[in-house]
Amino acid sequence: MTLDAITLSVIQAALQQVCDEMDLAFSRAAFSPVIAEANDRSDGVYSAVDGSLIAQGQGGLPVFVGVMQYSTRTIIEMIAAGRCLPPEPGDTYIVNDPYLGGTHLMDVRFARPVYRAGTLFCWLSNTGHWPDIGGAVPGGFSASATSVEQEGLRLPPVKLFKKGELDPEIYAIITSNIRVADQRIGDIKAQAAALSIGEERLFAILDRYGDDTVLAAIEELRRRAAQQMRANIARIADGTYRSKAFVDSDGVVDAPLTIALSVEKAGDTLTFDFSGSSPPCQGPMNSVLATTLSSVYLAMRHIFPDVPISAGAFEPLIVKRPEGTFLDAKYPRPVSGCAAEVSQRIAESVFAAMVQALPDEVTAAPAGSSGNFALGGHDPARGRDFVMYQISGGGYGGNAGHDGLTNGCSTIGISKSPPVEVMEQAFPVLYRRYALREGSGGAGKHRGGFGLHYDVELLRGEARASFVMDHGRFGPQGALGGSDGMVNSVTVWRDGKAHVPLHLSKEQDIPLKAGDRVEVGTPGGGGYGDPATRDRAAVRRDVDMGYYTEDQARALFGGA
Amino acid sequence: MNENNRSGSVVAGIDVGGTFTDLILIDGKAGRVHIAKTPTTPDNQAYGVVAALADTGHPVDAIDLIVHGTTTTTNAVLERRLAKTGMITTRGFRDIIELGRRTRPQPYGMTGTFVPVIPRDLRLEVSERVLASGEVRTPLDEAEVREAVGALKAAGCESLVIHFLHAYANPSHERRAAEIARKTWPNDHITMGHALLSEAREFERGVTASVNASVRPILERYVGRLREELGARGYARDFLIMNGNGGMISARFVTEEAAKTVMSGPASGVIAAAYTGKRAGFPNLVTYDMGGTSTDVALIRNAEPAVSNETEIEYAMPIHVPMVDVHTVGAGGGSIARVDAAGLIQVGPQSAGAMPGPICYRRGGSEPTITDANLVLGRLAPRKLLAVANPVTVDDVRAVFAEKIGKPTGLDGVAAAGAVLRLGNLKMAGAIRMVSVSRGHDPRDFALFAFGGAGPLHATALARELGLPKVLVPARPGITNALGCVVADLRHDFVNTLNLPVAALDEARVTEVLERQRADGEALIAKEAVASTEVRYLHSADMQFVGQTHILNVRLPSTKVTRAELQALFAKAYFGRFKVSLPEIRASLVNLNTSVIGVRPEVDLSRLIDPAGRASTLEGALNERRPVWFDGTWIETLVYAREKLPLDAIIEGPAILEQMDATTVIEPGDRVTGDADGNLIVEVGR
Repeated sequence: MTLDAITLSVIQAALQQVCDEMDLAFSRAAFSPVIAEANDRSDGVYSAVDGSLIAQGQGGLPVFVGVMQYSTRTIIEMIAAGRCLPPEPGDTYIVNDPYLGGTHLMDVRFARPVYRAGTLFCWLSNTGHWPDIGGAVPGGFSASATSVEQEGLRLPPVKLFKKGELDPEIYAIITSNIRVADQRIGDIKAQAAALSIGEERLFAILDRYGDDTVLAAIEELRRRAAQQMRANIARIADGTYRSKAFVDSDGVVDAPLTIALSVEKAGDTLTFDFSGSSPPCQGPMNSVLATTLSSVYLAMRHIFPDVPISAGAFEPLIVKRPEGTFLDAKYPRPVSGCAAEVSQRIAESVFAAMVQALPDEVTAAPAGSSGNFALGGHDPARGRDFVMYQISGGGYGGNAGHDGLTNGCSTIGISKSPPVEVMEQAFPVLYRRYALREGSGGAGKHRGGFGLHYDVELLRGEARASFVMDHGRFGPQGALGGSDGMVNSVTVWRDGKAHVPLHLSKEQDIPLKAGDRVEVGTPGGGGYGDPATRDRAAVRRDVDMGYYTEDQARALFGGA
Repeated sequence: MNENNRSGSVVAGIDVGGTFTDLILIDGKAGRVHIAKTPTTPDNQAYGVVAALADTGHPVDAIDLIVHGTTTTTNAVLERRLAKTGMITTRGFRDIIELGRRTRPQPYGMTGTFVPVIPRDLRLEVSERVLASGEVRTPLDEAEVREAVGALKAAGCESLVIHFLHAYANPSHERRAAEIARKTWPNDHITMGHALLSEAREFERGVTASVNASVRPILERYVGRLREELGARGYARDFLIMNGNGGMISARFVTEEAAKTVMSGPASGVIAAAYTGKRAGFPNLVTYDMGGTSTDVALIRNAEPAVSNETEIEYAMPIHVPMVDVHTVGAGGGSIARVDAAGLIQVGPQSAGAMPGPICYRRGGSEPTITDANLVLGRLAPRKLLAVANPVTVDDVRAVFAEKIGKPTGLDGVAAAGAVLRLGNLKMAGAIRMVSVSRGHDPRDFALFAFGGAGPLHATALARELGLPKVLVPARPGITNALGCVVADLRHDFVNTLNLPVAALDEARVTEVLERQRADGEALIAKEAVASTEVRYLHSADMQFVGQTHILNVRLPSTKVTRAELQALFAKAYFGRFKVSLPEIRASLVNLNTSVIGVRPEVDLSRLIDPAGRASTLEGALNERRPVWFDGTWIETLVYAREKLPLDAIIEGPAILEQMDATTVIEPGDRVTGDADGNLIVEVGR
C-alpha cells in the first residue's frame, strides 16, 4: 500500500497523541509523587512482531527513551519460548527485571497486548518509578549493594491483570515485599488506566483510518524517521570523535569508573563504541544494556530534538554491545545507580564527543547528577519514622549561543525539586541555606550555569544520611577551551566536625543526631570556548551579581 | 454612583489586546450598541482607549460605567519592562526566585535561559527564621531590615518585596519588616509575600510577590494616566479593571494586588463565553480563542469557568493567585508549515507571529502559515484580511505552498494547503483535548465556543475532531474580551491551607474558615462604588488522597459540611475524573476556598447585531458565491453577510459567514440556526 504525505503526517500526529494522553492520564491519577509530580514515567506503542518502538509520549522521562522496546521484545521472545504465559485480550504483564530490557528495579513496566478482531495488533507499555520495591534501603538506592537481590523484589514478566481482572495472588506477593504498600494500589490502577485510555484512543484511530492503512503508515513512518535522523547525521564531518567521562566510584570500591567512547561518523550513520570502558563493578553503578542504549538515544534526542522518538530514528545510531564492561551488566550485578547516574555519564560522553562534531548545536557538559540525598530516621515529636529524599539540579553547560542555565534538571529527568517549606513541614529538618552556588559555573566564552548550595540541619531525634551523587572527583567537562564546572561536594557536619564521604559523592547510613548538618554543593556546568574571549561587560556583571568574586573572575577569565 | 440596573444605563467594556483595542458600549437608555476597534497604542494604552471611546460618537461624560481589561501588566512581565524592585528575604534564601525548582524550558534540548524578575544584587538577606509550625526560631533583626531598606532605596528601587520563609504560617516578621520599611519608603509599593498567596512553596509565592511588586508602579501609572484622560473628557466616576479571576475590581484598589490583572484579557473572554452560553442554553463549553501565535482554551461547566491557582505565564514564572484556568496552546493562524527531513508535513511550533506574519499580510512573511492556507482554500476572502493594506494575490500564496510543501510531497499548491489545514486542525484538536476532554469530561456534554478573529474559521472542523456535537459562534467573535468586561461581576477569591486528613478535621473549624472568607469578601464588595443585585458564594475544597500530590477541587454545598460528606464528595469527583475508585485510601483536605461574587444586573445581548440591519430572506444576506475547498474538492459555496442573516434563518453547510471581525466556516453536513442574541448554533454533521 502506498500512502500519501497527508495520511502519513496525520497518522504520525494521531499516534503521538495516543502516547501523550497516556502520559497525562498516568501522571494525573498516580499516587506516588515520583510519578505524579516528577513525571518519572513514560508510555508508548510497540510492534506486535518484535516490540520495536512505534511512538512514545513527549512528556515521558527522557531516560526511558527506547527502553520499553527492549522489555516488550523480551516478553514476546519469552512467550514464543514458552517461558511466559501466552497473551489474551485484557491481560497486562508486569515486569521490572533489569536484565530483561530494563533499568533499575524501581522502574516497573506494564505491557498490554492490544487485539483487533481476535489478532494481536500491537503492544502498549508504560513504565513508572515506584517509590519503593523492597530491598535493603527504602527507595531502592543502596550505595553499597553488591548484588541485585539486595536491591529489591525482581519480577519476571507475569500477568498482573488476567482478562482485565487484577490477580490478587500476584498483588499480594508484591505488596508483601515493598514498603508503604497500602498506597501502591493507587499507582497500579493509574498505570493500568493509562493503558486503557491508550487502547481506547488507538481504537478510534484504527476505526477511522483502517487497520491496514495504519499498519502500512507505521512501517513507512519508521523508514522515514530513520531518513530524518540520517539527514541530521549527514551534516557531520566524517571522522572519529573520542571522549571520556568518569563515574566517581561504584560506591563499594573507591576508584573511578571510566566510560571511553569513540563515535565514528561514516556516511549517514554514527557508530558508538564503548570498548575500553571499565569492567563490571562490585557496587550498584553498573548499567544494563537497555539503559546504556537508551542513554545514547536520549543524548542524541537532546541534540536533535525534532526527530520523533521511534525505532526508526535509532536505526542509524549503531551502538556496539559493550560486552565485558560495566555498561553491559549481567545478573547478579547490582544496578540501582544506572538510571539516575551512570546514564547521565554516558550522555555526557556523547555530548563531549558530539560537541567536537557539532560545535554550534551541542553544549558543554551539564551537571548531570540527580543529586540523591536520603535521610531516614525517627521523629520523636511525631513518634514515627520518616524517609526524606532531596533531589537537586546543577548548572548546564555553556553553548554557542549563551551561558548555561542555573540549577537545571538532571539530563535524564524532567522532575521538579521539592520546596524547602514542604520539606520542613514533612520532616524534622531545617534548611539554613538554599542558594546559588557561587563560583561553580565553568569559565568560558559562555560560562556554565551555577549549581546549588544547600545546608540542612536535623532538628530532633536521630537519622542516617545516604548519598548517591556523582561528579565529586571530576567536574562537568568544559568544551572547546572552556573550563570544567566545579565538582560536587558533600560535607557532613557532626558535632561541628566535618566528615567528607570516602567516595566523595556516595556513602550510606552516616549517623546524625539533632544539630548535625549536611552541606551539599552541586556541580556547575562546563564552560564553552576560551574564557579570555568572554565579553568583559558580562564578566563585570557576573561580579556585580556576586556569581564570582573579583579574584575568581580575574583568575578564571583573565584581564583586569 | 447610582446605577442599579445595567439595562437602563450606559456601560462600556474596553479590552486592550496586542494589536487592537476593542470596545463595546451598551446604551440601555437608547437601546443601542456601539462597537469600536482601534489600534492599540503600546506606549500608553490610554490613548487607544480614549480613541476607541471617541470612535463610538457617544459622549464620554454620559457613560455610567467603564470596565477595562488591560495587558499592561502582562506585557511588562513578558518583555521584562518592570519597575526597579528590591527584595528583602530570609538569610540563606535570596536565590529562591532565581533557582526555581530545577527545571529546563523544554524536555529535550539542553539550551535555554532564564532571567529572574528581580536581579541578584537587589535581593538582600536579613536574619530571621520562622519554622514550618509558625514558631519563631530566630527573631527578626530590625536593624538589618532598616539597613536593607536604605540600601535598596539608595539603589533606586521603586517597589519592595518582603518575602520570608514560612510567612504563610506566621506573617509577623513580614508585617513588622513592612512596618519598618513604610517609615522611610517613598511610596506605598510594598508587597508582603504572604499577602497575595498564603500557602507553602517559597519559589511560587516569592515569584508571585516579586511579579506583583515589579508591576505595581507600572499599573498605577497606567491607571493614573487613564483616569486623567477620561477626566479630561468629563468622566469623573470610578472605573473598574478586570482581574484574571474573571471578576472586576475598582481602579482605586487594583494596584495593591496588581499581579491579579495578569491574564485579565483571556479571563474576560471566558467570562463573556460563560455569560453568552448561559443565556443561549449552553452551560458547558470548551472555549476556543484562536489568535495569530497562540490559542487560548478554557473549560466552562454549569456556566462557571474553571479557576486555577497555579498559572504559569511563561517558563519558570508562576503566578499563584486564583485565575480563570486558561490554557495557551502554541498554535495559531501564524503557525508555520514545513516539510521535515522525513518528507512529512509539520505545522508549528514555529510561528510567523504578528511580524512578519503570514505571507498574505505582506509584511515580509515568506513561510506558509495556517492563515495562508485558509486564503488559498477560499475560506478566507482576500478582501477580509484585517490590517492589510495591500495583500499579495492568492496566486502568489498558492505558488509558495506548491514550492515549499507540494514539491517535496508530490502535491499541488491547493492540495498542499489542504494538507496543512487538516494537519493544523488535528494538532490543535490534540492540544485542546489534552486540556479539556482528556480530563475526564464527556465531549458530548460540551459545545465549542469559538471566538477571536480566527476561532470561527476552524471551529466546526475542530468540533468534529473532538467529538463535540455543537459549536456556538457569538454575535461578535472579535470583541468577546470587551464583552466580558461589560458582563462581568465583582469577585473576590480566598484560599486558606489546612492540609489535614479528612478524619482529623474539626468540622467547626472548617465552617469557621469558610464563614470568615465569606465575611471578608462581603466587606470588600461593600467598598465598591457599583451596586450588586445579589451576593453569591461559592465554597470549595481542594482535596487529594493521602500520599498524593495532585489536588482536585470539590464544590461544597454550604459552609457547614461534615467529614463524611467531604469524603463522599471527593470520592465522587475523583471517580468522575479518573474512573478509578480507591475505597482503600483516606482523603485529605488541602485548601478551603470561597469566592464571593457581587452579581451585576443582567445585560441584554440581543442588540449586539442591529436587528434593523437584518434581511428578511436568506438571499438578502448573500454576499457572493465562491469556490471553497472542502475535504479534497472545490465546492461552489454561498457566502453570507453574517449581520444581515434573518434571525430565523437555517443554513445547511457548506457555507461561509462573513462579518467585520471574523469569518465562520460551515462544513458540508453541518446545519446552522440562530438565536435571539444573534449567536450562531452549528450542529456538527458526522
